[in-house]
Amino acid sequence: MIVDLPSTNTSVLNRKLVHLRESGGVLALGRVLTLVIVTNDGPGIEDAIAAANEASREHPCRIIVLARGVRKAAARLDAQIRVGGDAGASEVIVLRSYGPLAGDEPGASMVIPLLLPDTPVVTWWPGEAPQSPSKDPIGELAQRRITDAFATSNPARALELRRSTHVPGDTDLSWTRITLWRALLAAALDNVPHEPVTSARVVGEPVSPSADLLAGWLTARLSAPVKRIRSDAAPGISSVRLVRPSGPIELVRPDGKIGTLTQPGQPERRVALHRRDTKDILAEELRRLDPDEIYAGALQGLSQITRGRSSAGSAAGAGRRR
Amino acid sequence: MTSARERDLLLDGSSNPLRDPRDKRLPRIAGPSGMVIFGVTGDLSRKKLMPAIYDLANRGLLPPGFGLVGFARRDWGAEDFSQIVYEAVRDHARTPFRQEVWDRLAEGFRFVMGSFDDDDAFDRLAETVADLDRVRGTNGNHAFYLAIPPDKFPVVLKQLSRSGLTAQDGDQWRRVVIEKPFGHDLRSARELNEVVNAVFPEESVFRIDHYLGKETVQNLLALRFANQLFEPIWNSNYVDHVQITMAEDIGLGGRAAYYDGIGAARDVIQNHLLQLLALTAMEEPVSFRPDELRAEKIKVLSATRLFEPLTDTTARGQYAAGWQGSEWVPGLLDEKGFNPESSTETYAAITAEVDTRRWAGVPFFLRTGKRLGRRVTEIAVMFKRAPHLPFEATMTEELGQNALVVRVQPDEGVTIRFGSKVPGHQMEVRDVTMDFAYGAAFTESSPEAYERLILDVLLGEPSLFPVNNEVERSWEILDPVLEAWAAEGKPDPYPAGSWGPESANQMIERLGRTWRRP
Repeated sequence: MIVDLPSTNTSVLNRKLVHLRESGGVLALGRVLTLVIVTNDGPGIEDAIAAANEASREHPCRIIVLARGVRKAAARLDAQIRVGGDAGASEVIVLRSYGPLAGDEPGASMVIPLLLPDTPVVTWWPGEAPQSPSKDPIGELAQRRITDAFATSNPARALELRRSTHVPGDTDLSWTRITLWRALLAAALDNVPHEPVTSARVVGEPVSPSADLLAGWLTARLSAPVKRIRSDAAPGISSVRLVRPSGPIELVRPDGKIGTLTQPGQPERRVALHRRDTKDILAEELRRLDPDEIYAGALQGLSQITRGRSSAGSAAGAGRRR
Repeated sequence: MTSARERDLLLDGSSNPLRDPRDKRLPRIAGPSGMVIFGVTGDLSRKKLMPAIYDLANRGLLPPGFGLVGFARRDWGAEDFSQIVYEAVRDHARTPFRQEVWDRLAEGFRFVMGSFDDDDAFDRLAETVADLDRVRGTNGNHAFYLAIPPDKFPVVLKQLSRSGLTAQDGDQWRRVVIEKPFGHDLRSARELNEVVNAVFPEESVFRIDHYLGKETVQNLLALRFANQLFEPIWNSNYVDHVQITMAEDIGLGGRAAYYDGIGAARDVIQNHLLQLLALTAMEEPVSFRPDELRAEKIKVLSATRLFEPLTDTTARGQYAAGWQGSEWVPGLLDEKGFNPESSTETYAAITAEVDTRRWAGVPFFLRTGKRLGRRVTEIAVMFKRAPHLPFEATMTEELGQNALVVRVQPDEGVTIRFGSKVPGHQMEVRDVTMDFAYGAAFTESSPEAYERLILDVLLGEPSLFPVNNEVERSWEILDPVLEAWAAEGKPDPYPAGSWGPESANQMIERLGRTWRRP
């Protein structure tokens, strides 16, 4: 069910929520968190809501979408409540704000009365994020602040901002995207021989915060030199190489879908290593709400990476892709 | 083989620099390994195992180069087997189909044709497995899933041993997975354990009780031991009795032949319900390490006794024809292919008590049945009545006992029932419920029980699999009931779609209680 409340205010909205619960019983309790999505109004918000709805099947939540419209307009709030079949396992409140209401301070004020009592708050910026999420008025309300450096207009700068303003509770979807890579590499080191890694190399697109973070993570964990090579040969991350005395472990993904793992003395193994949907990585993010120290370590590792460019030979093939 | 301790050391990051206990995102991917399934044509393989293997692959939890070998009598080529798995995945997998995941997985499929007494076939199986080690890098690590009737276990195990498939050298492991029923009484359970342990050491044996998904067990442990709220009242001072129910609405349709002579008590009470009882009644384990958890379960099962005399404290029934919801269904004896003289019970209820200080005098009622009102599994902890001192009798006429109900399936969650004032000018108190669900679409996105079970087998993590002394202890509890029932009488008929025979109601009423309608 979708209820539209044009030109309204938050007390009317709250009364309507209570009324919906009493009349339909649809707004079940048992929500485990409030997810605030901060974005500019536009067609993109439906994708974000859809991903959040999917993730809510694992984490029942209330979703508040702050969709900011044009600033040069009169103050106005159009609200929409979605429950039941239109909202997955969640309830969705879309706040379309215009004029002064589209700013940060009023945004936070509109969200406060709608937060579920006594449960964690997570803020997610699917696109552009504030310079310092933890100091943003809406970010301040949250225990967990999710950004996405890759989705911004300047990913390299965004990642640098994430590094310089990081506080516990911040996280970035560029980090979440590499969980499978990290898991495969960690699993490869689980087995004999247990030798130290003497150096490592990560090859990826020139603009790939995920590749940077993977290199940063290896730097932080391995106490060995790590090189980050820029290459246009494949979308996203194209290969990781861990050098050990007995020979290198290599995980190569030339097409963005299938990885090949080679280890000395073992047959080549292929593994599906597709890029993950937003709903999957968002669900992973919501699974834990405590500070992610490993991510903080990876950010710190960024400054110690050596950077280079791939030799021309490997640059054949695919152009830059998202 | 890597011992559990070595593995723990390994995984806490002391030898693998990329592991860190704080890195909770990092899933445990199984090491290089493969699985051999016996009984690939059965329902279990097609509806549960194959889809679960695909789902694991899709979630990136299977090792690269995983091998899956099917063994059956069918005259199939590798493509036919691949097609069977494909259909199973298409129809039953939980996660969306991805061509690239499927292609990688299918590269590791092999099929071996043969019957269980065919030495040649097992030699070919050994070659196939060795070939997987070479080509796919499964490194000699293999799990054998016996999705076959238990009377075939001895011959298959003997063949595995004869063809050298059970030999584990160095870092390699070989494990065997068996499904319930684990025997049909204490004696046969011991025999089965001997047969299995003659070939596989106990730490390589994984007994799967698929009803008891790991998620359920962990939810229950979290509810009991992560909260301060429930523990103080979780004892005989406050608890009046406990009802553990597992009801199915289906009849015996296709499984009739298997079920004759087994019955509800052996099929469900011995494993599932006694495990739920153990988890409900056990003391807090020192840690959630598998051996600590088991130690507590075994302690509580050792203290569990039946209420006597058994003629008064147990009940059994057999479904007769009736309306199952909107459908007219036949009785057990009229089921196609079923023995019309059978005295196999389809409903069983027993009364147990746990002889510990915590639970002294609290009856535990366990019941299970087929063709009951609806499909439900739940643990209901019923509390004693409050003394109601300030209230007059008329005010609390409609108030029952407080209850805490752990719903295991469907709609996993917790319900608390308590009294609340009815709105209006009169003081009147009535039962209300407060409800928690683990998520409206929990079953959709939570991992299927088999996924976790298979992953645990490949990781060698036995925490929630019953070990043989748990199984034997459960039979020790149940055997007197089975003997008493075999000695005299027949099950009481009950109409399909009802909540069991009248004798079950009399059984619980003798102790002054009534069954909850789940």
